[in-house]
Amino acid sequence: MISVTINGERRQLDAPLNCVELLARLELSGKRVALERNGEIVPRSRFAVERLAEGDRLEIVVAVGGG
Amino acid sequence: MKPHENLDPLVIAGKPYRSRLLIGTGKYKDFAETRAAVEASGAEIVTVAIRRTNIGQDPKQPSLLEFLPPSKFTLLPNTAGCYTADDAVRTLRLARELLDGHDLVKLEVLGDPKSLYPNVVDTLAAAKTLVQDGFKVMVYTSDDPIIAKQLEEAGCVAVMPLASLIGSGMGILNPWNLQIIIENAKVPVLVDAGVGTASDAAIAMELGCDGVLMNTAVAAAKNPVLMASAMKMAVEAGRAAFLAGRMPKKLYSAAPSSPTTGLITPSPKP
Repeated sequence: MISVTINGERRQLDAPLNCVELLARLELSGKRVALERNGEIVPRSRFAVERLAEGDRLEIVVAVGGG
Repeated sequence: MKPHENLDPLVIAGKPYRSRLLIGTGKYKDFAETRAAVEASGAEIVTVAIRRTNIGQDPKQPSLLEFLPPSKFTLLPNTAGCYTADDAVRTLRLARELLDGHDLVKLEVLGDPKSLYPNVVDTLAAAKTLVQDGFKVMVYTSDDPIIAKQLEEAGCVAVMPLASLIGSGMGILNPWNLQIIIENAKVPVLVDAGVGTASDAAIAMELGCDGVLMNTAVAAAKNPVLMASAMKMAVEAGRAAFLAGRMPKKLYSAAPSSPTTGLITPSPKP
């Protein structure tokens, strides 16, 4: 188990876990999202190879209405 | 002139747009109304915000981009809600990744949650970082001509001073500053924020603005779709009036519009 912060919420997750598996666990597979890990963008092309680590801070964002 | 010809495009970062009205997508009743208002406005560039996804939400819920596909509209991700240069830069890097490398963005760094007045110091810092990073930055700012010029010199592709505070609907409070900004600028100047009704948009265009960006004026109207079409006409009318060149203002007119000779004999005074 690792402890990570996703969108400001602390979560315990089974490790090892890459970004594709994370999105699947969050029911976000196939959704258009962008991912930031510890302040750095994770390009979509690296979702399958980037593994989460203890203490990671993740932001997962979408486009919403705004002016 | 054929209908599809556009002899007076708005050119931003080298790309021509037919519409000089840019519209925000916030505060609508639902996505269907958002889409209907955008269609009625004729806008090609629409702003979107970048927010955390609601984890645990119904995964079948529709997303904004299903109603406003990037293939049909130029999405302009903004940094609304950011109060530091760093947050704004991170938000737009996420936006670029989200939109498959799309690099045209709207930068705004706010200074105060009550007024939403821009923090121009952080705005300029963020603009420099983003330009360096390859973004095409359309920048929201105050109507200060000096900072507007500095943002242009930092490499922003459009400068977007406020007409009045975001969401206030107060219209153009300082047309003189806007005129100075327009006169000095070599990049497009768009009024962003403060437009309340169609005449405000027309006045902005008559002053020589290259375009107008608005959200609340449309979304908070009783009939947003009708207001969107009113704004389309106002921007077009204001632009045409600007290009036509208005007559000078005079306190008295010594030149009536009708002939001064050939009048019938006046009746004798009773």
